[in-house]
Amino acid sequence: MTTKSKLQSVRELPEFRALVRQRWAVSLGLTVAMLCGYFGFILVLAFDKSLLAAKIGEHLTIGIPVGVGIITFAWVLTGIYVWWANRYYDKTVKQIRDRMGV
Amino acid sequence: MDQFKTTVGQTDPVSIGFFLVFISITLGITYWAAKRTRTTAQYYAAGRGITGFQNGLALAGDYMSAASFLGIAGLVSLKGYDGLIYSVGWLVGWPIIMFLIAEPLRNLGKYTFADVVAYRLKQKPVRISASIGALTTVAFYLIAQMVGAGNLIKLMFGLPYELAVVIVGTIMVAYVLFGGMLATTWVQIIKAGLLLAGATLLVILVLANFNFSPTALFDAAAVKYGDAVLSPGGLISNPWDALSLGLALMFGTAGLPHILMRFYTVPDDKQARKSVFYATGFIGYFYILTTIIGFGAMVMVGQDVISKIDKGGNMAALLLAEVAGGTVFLGFIAAVAFATILAVVSGLTLAGASTLSHDLYVNVVRSGRSSEAEEVKVARIAVLFLGLLAIVLGIVFKGQNVAFMVGLAFAVAASGNFPALLMSMVWKGFTTAGAVASIITGTVLAVVLIVVSPTVWVDIFKYPQAIFPLKNPALISMTAAFVIGIVVSWMTPEQAASEKFEEEKVRTYLGVGAE
Repeated sequence: MTTKSKLQSVRELPEFRALVRQRWAVSLGLTVAMLCGYFGFILVLAFDKSLLAAKIGEHLTIGIPVGVGIITFAWVLTGIYVWWANRYYDKTVKQIRDRMGV
Repeated sequence: MDQFKTTVGQTDPVSIGFFLVFISITLGITYWAAKRTRTTAQYYAAGRGITGFQNGLALAGDYMSAASFLGIAGLVSLKGYDGLIYSVGWLVGWPIIMFLIAEPLRNLGKYTFADVVAYRLKQKPVRISASIGALTTVAFYLIAQMVGAGNLIKLMFGLPYELAVVIVGTIMVAYVLFGGMLATTWVQIIKAGLLLAGATLLVILVLANFNFSPTALFDAAAVKYGDAVLSPGGLISNPWDALSLGLALMFGTAGLPHILMRFYTVPDDKQARKSVFYATGFIGYFYILTTIIGFGAMVMVGQDVISKIDKGGNMAALLLAEVAGGTVFLGFIAAVAFATILAVVSGLTLAGASTLSHDLYVNVVRSGRSSEAEEVKVARIAVLFLGLLAIVLGIVFKGQNVAFMVGLAFAVAASGNFPALLMSMVWKGFTTAGAVASIITGTVLAVVLIVVSPTVWVDIFKYPQAIFPLKNPALISMTAAFVIGIVVSWMTPEQAASEKFEEEKVRTYLGVGAE
C-alpha cells in the first residue's frame, strides 16, 4: 500500500474519527470550564464586588482565596488534560499508527 | 514609620557583581550554543532537543516580564486586591494554549505560527499577512519592554536611561545573533530559575515576620491601611471593559509569536503538552508569590515610601528585598530583574527575526527556494536590524507612557494572530482570502480602536472624550476577525484547501509527518 492510500484509509478509520471527536470534546469542555471560571470571576467583580469582599476571618475576605483559587484551577485544568492525553489519547494514537503502519 | 533610607537607585557594587556573574554565565552559554547552531532547525528551534520540563521553564522565562514581577508587586502594594485581579488575568491564557493550540501547532508547523496558517493555503498572501500580525505584536511588546527596561534600570542602578537601553539591546543581540534559540532557551531557563528562587526566598523572608502565616500578613495589611485593601476596588467597574480586557489576555497569550515559537523546540506534541503544564504551574506559582510580595511591601515598607520612590510602585519588590533581606539580597533581586528583562526581549527578537527571515524572505521573496545557510544568515541580519531598531525606538519613546502597548500587543495577538491560527487548524472551509481578511481586519482594527480609545485618545492625546468607549479593543476586533474570516471564506471557496484538510488532520492528530 502506498503512503498516500495508507493515509487515506487512516482518515476513514472509525477509530480515528472517534479520536478526533473525543479530543475536541475534552479540549472544548476544559476550555469552557476555564472561560466560565475566569469570566465568572470578572463578572462578579463588575456587577457585585461586595460578594468578594465578604469576610471569612477577622480581616481576610473570600476574594483572596478565590483569586488564588482561579490560578490554581487553571493549572489543575492543564493537569487534567495532560492526564487524559497521556492515558487515553497517546495510547489510541499509537494503536492507530501501529495498525496502519504510518 | 522612621525615615527609611534605601540604596535603591544607587549604583550598588553587589548588584553589579551579581549581574556580571549572570552576564558571564549566559555569554559562556551563548559561546557553547553558537558552536551547535548551524542549521535552521538549530537556529530557530534549538534542534528540537529541549525537554518538556526545560521548555516549561523557558516558556515561563519568556513570559514573566519585569512588568509582571515589579509592576504587579507594585500594584498590589499600592492598590491591594486589584493587583491580584491583574495577576489572574495574566495566567488564564495558558490553559487555552494547551487545549486549543499547542499540540496541533507542534505537529503542523516548523518554526513560526505562520507555517500552520499557511499549511494548506496559498503561501505568499498568507505569509505576508501573518507576518504583519506577528511583527505588529512583537514591535509593540518590544517597545514596551525596552522603555520599561530603561526606566527600571535607571531606578534600580541609577544608570542613564539611554545607556541602559543600549546595554539591554547589545546583550540581547549577542545572545540571539550567535546562540540562536539554544542560547535564548538557556537564558530563559536560568532567568526563570533565578526569578522563582528569588521570589520564593523573598516570600520566606517576609512570612518569617508573620509566623509563616499569610493570613497574619493580610491582617497586618488591613490593620495598617484598612479592610478595603483586601477587597476589590476600582480596577473593574465597566463590565464591557472587563470582558474585553479578559478576552485580550486570554486569547492574546495564545497568539504571541515568541511563545508559540517555543513549541517547536521540543521533539513532539507530547512534550509540547507537558511544557504547557509546567509553564502554567511555574507562572501561577510566581503570581501567587508576587501577591504576597506586594502585601509584604505594603506592610513592611509602607505605601508612602513606595510611592515616593516611584509613583507606579515599580520599586516595591526591591524595597521589600532590602527591608527583609538587606543590601546583598537587594543586589541579588535587582540583578534578577535585569536578567528577566533580557530573557523576554531575547525571545521577542528571535520571534521577530524568524518572521522576517523564514516567513517573509524565504517563503515570499525566494518562494521557498533558499538554502539553510542562506536562511540562517538572513535571520542573523534580521536580529541585528531588530536589535538596532529596539534600541532606537527605546530611546525615541523615552518618557512616553507606553503601558498601553502591552495591552495593545495582546489585543493584536488575540485579534490578528489567534483567530486565523485556530480556524486554519480546525475548519475545513477556511480559505486563503478568509485568512488574509481575518488577520488584516483583526490587526488593523485592534490598532485603530486602541488609538481612539480612552487609553490613548484621552490619556495620551488629552482629548476630553474618546471616540471608542472600551479601553481594550479585543471584544470588537477579535469578534470581527472571526466573523470576517468566516464570511470571506464562505464567499471564496477554495477546493485545494478543503481537500488538503483531511490529509492535514492525520498530521494534526497523529503527528504523522511532523518535523
